[in-house]
Amino acid sequence: MSDVLAQPVPVGRSLWADARIRLFRNKAAVTSLFFLILMGVTAIAGPWFSPHQYERVYTEYVRVPASLTAYPKPEQIAPAVERIAARVRAQIETQQVVGGSVRVTLVSPRAIDERNLAFFGRSDLFQGANVVERADEGRKLVIDAPIRWRTFLFGTDGNGRDLFTRTLIAGRVSLAIGLLATGVALLIGVAYGATAGYLGGRIDTVMMRIVDILYALPFIFFVIMLVVFFGRNFILMFLAVGAIEWLDMARIVRGQTLSIKRQEYVQAAEALGVTSNGILRRHIIPNTLGPVVVYMTLLVPKVILLESFLSFLGLGVQEPMTSWGVLISDGARNIQNAEWLLFFPALFLVTTLFALNFLGDGLRDALDPKDR
Amino acid sequence: MSEPILSFRDVAIRFRTNDGYVEAVKGSTIDIHPGEFVAIVGESGSGKSQSVMAAMGLLAQNGEVTGSIRYRGTEIIGLPAGDLNELRGHKLSMIFQEPMTSLDPLYKIGSQISATLRQHQRLSKDQARARALELLKLVRILQPEQRLDSYPHELSGGQRQRVMIAMALANDPDILIADEPTTALDVTIEAEILALIAELQQRLGMAVVLITHDLGIVRKYATSVYVMRTGEIVEHGDAKAIFAAPKHPYTQMLLAAEPEGRKAPPLPNAPIMIEAKDVRVTYRMKRGFFGRDSSSIKAVDGVSLTLKRGQTIGIVGESGSGKSTLGKAILKLAPAAGQITFEDRALLPLSRDEMRPLRKQMQVVFQDPFGSLSPRMTVGDIITEGLLVHEPGLGRRERDARAAQAFGEVQLDAAMRNRYPHEFSGGQRQRIAIARAMILKPHVVILDEPTSALDRTVQKAIVLLLKGFQDRYGLSYLFISHDLAVVRAMSDTVMVMKDGQVVEAGPADTIFDAPQHDYTRTLIAASRKG
Repeated sequence: MSDVLAQPVPVGRSLWADARIRLFRNKAAVTSLFFLILMGVTAIAGPWFSPHQYERVYTEYVRVPASLTAYPKPEQIAPAVERIAARVRAQIETQQVVGGSVRVTLVSPRAIDERNLAFFGRSDLFQGANVVERADEGRKLVIDAPIRWRTFLFGTDGNGRDLFTRTLIAGRVSLAIGLLATGVALLIGVAYGATAGYLGGRIDTVMMRIVDILYALPFIFFVIMLVVFFGRNFILMFLAVGAIEWLDMARIVRGQTLSIKRQEYVQAAEALGVTSNGILRRHIIPNTLGPVVVYMTLLVPKVILLESFLSFLGLGVQEPMTSWGVLISDGARNIQNAEWLLFFPALFLVTTLFALNFLGDGLRDALDPKDR
Repeated sequence: MSEPILSFRDVAIRFRTNDGYVEAVKGSTIDIHPGEFVAIVGESGSGKSQSVMAAMGLLAQNGEVTGSIRYRGTEIIGLPAGDLNELRGHKLSMIFQEPMTSLDPLYKIGSQISATLRQHQRLSKDQARARALELLKLVRILQPEQRLDSYPHELSGGQRQRVMIAMALANDPDILIADEPTTALDVTIEAEILALIAELQQRLGMAVVLITHDLGIVRKYATSVYVMRTGEIVEHGDAKAIFAAPKHPYTQMLLAAEPEGRKAPPLPNAPIMIEAKDVRVTYRMKRGFFGRDSSSIKAVDGVSLTLKRGQTIGIVGESGSGKSTLGKAILKLAPAAGQITFEDRALLPLSRDEMRPLRKQMQVVFQDPFGSLSPRMTVGDIITEGLLVHEPGLGRRERDARAAQAFGEVQLDAAMRNRYPHEFSGGQRQRIAIARAMILKPHVVILDEPTSALDRTVQKAIVLLLKGFQDRYGLSYLFISHDLAVVRAMSDTVMVMKDGQVVEAGPADTIFDAPQHDYTRTLIAASRKG
């Protein structure tokens, strides 16, 4: 016997492996998968590499359009210098942009307080100001103010925050809610549905009636109630969304379980004396997972949309934290004068949803080849 | 001889799969002459159905056909769907194996038959109905007028198959193709349906192509026979000649594949393993919402049996006779009343936990080798699952060693134990199911139709394997089957069941050679095909 055991045992190809092969042959699904991975990595790592903080407000760059070239634009410099000059209580005699800085000649009836030049440093446009030349006993100053170049790839929002960083941060939140709420729904739904379906009889009836009662609860009312009781917070979103979404999952899994438990392999396991727990874990749940995985990929976009909807209503995540739903609702309000505020978050959300749906479609075909 | 009406020339069929191409048919040449009864015989996977499916344009999406199939000179391969529809359903019609799923459950029988008539022959509603009634009379359905207004679920399997034949005959086909038309039916019904097909063939003068795995059933009717094996026709010719003197060794093997041997009765003083008295299993039909309509079905109605060590009791009966339910009742997988003792312990009062230690000694092998193995576990895990329960002390390596050993005992290559069930053939799967039962070293094994889904040659091997286990370990078997030939080879005692009751019981030889009850006689007559 020992010689048999010593031989390497060829590993069989499981149904999962078969499904993987079929999935990887589906170009749309593979493209979507790579896109989603890219989106995930960008949302997680992107904000660390972005030069802007997502909550940083640039008061002088409110609602600037998306641009590949850096700000400030030449026409923004003169008004900014004029604003600072007014605060320094001086007139501008000349100003010109030389290389990466502005050379300004300020004159005033009285001596100019050089401490006030700190206004240049506090501005979003300049890094500070150096006095190059003093004349007329301090009544005339020639200043060199190096320009601080900033790039706003997606423009800025109504508060002057960088939309690119905010879109990525929002992606983190939306994807996290999508995945976590789906995970919660999956865990509860699969365990609940499989138990109800396998045990059957009165237990099944009671368990599924509870599901029916929860179904009857109006979702928005439920969320508003939670918000009233506990205030707005991030965890609440998972709770609310997860608490609703597992119901569908439980029904799907129960239906599957009802048909699987009549299979002979379940009866064979019962005849072996395997416990209910073992049968559920080894036989029923693995065999329900095909449809569950497919439903999951369709549930993630559903949850993301749901969160967007709640945020749109103002019941979702709270400022300065943001999500795609929040950004889109903001963009929708500004569609007349700042269309980029709607365009970029919507682009991210829509492509992600597309990719998830294509992937779900591919998974369904891969896991259930008979249906094609 | 006249010109063939349907001729296959070098037809080859292959399927695209994940692992490249699979050749299902490797150049078959078949001629079907008018009024002939042609049988295409082969075991599963021999490509016997696929050749004909290609003629009907019914191959799966990933199938490719080469060669030539001509109907009265018209090439069928590559024919546009529109032209093909003129042929199929009209000149070529087909009946399938599964009468349960071939009829649409939402429509009445009469309207299903008239639908094809009205479409192909442009009959009026009344004409179509009259013709449908005529057809039902032709296939000898009882009370044809009432059947016109029945739904498919109100008919038995045999009646449904008759309806399918009536539908196939609706447009006076030249050729009726029957793909395993009786495999899903009981033996007595099988004999009736075959006689009907043969009679219709004579009366209507059409050609019949019967595809089957069972050489026995074609003996009586076929005029010519094609024997297929792994996509090739190994022998063909006149039926009488083939049955009288089969030339190819494979045909000889098929003809001799009936399980042989008899079993000697156990010693008279052998200890009693299972004693069942007056076992009843009653299923209450779902009650109506207000508690009305309560009815019950007695699946097993007062059955008693005594199983001694080393004995095999064959339980024979047609579907619905309660024979499988009896087996499940003894295993406590079905709710039973009465008295069942196993090695002097009463089983029925035991709870699930109290029952667990006893399960090691009582095992079961089911009929369907495709449904009885969990598709997502490796076969090694499947056969050692019982060890997890009954010998929890074993480590992974020891379990693996036991799995390898069990594989050896059922004559499978131990190196295959990490594969998944779908990678095995039906016979191999049944060996795995047997290994799963035997690894626990049980005393009693309930065999619930273990050979019914298998080809004859495989059946023979499984019967030998089971007998080997019995001789080695002194096992007791309850062998449940509708197949009298296998029962005869396996068991020393036979019980014949009908409608939940035992109609006749006794030593196998007595029952088979001198049956007392009418029902037993019908069964035995029906199983002696030809």
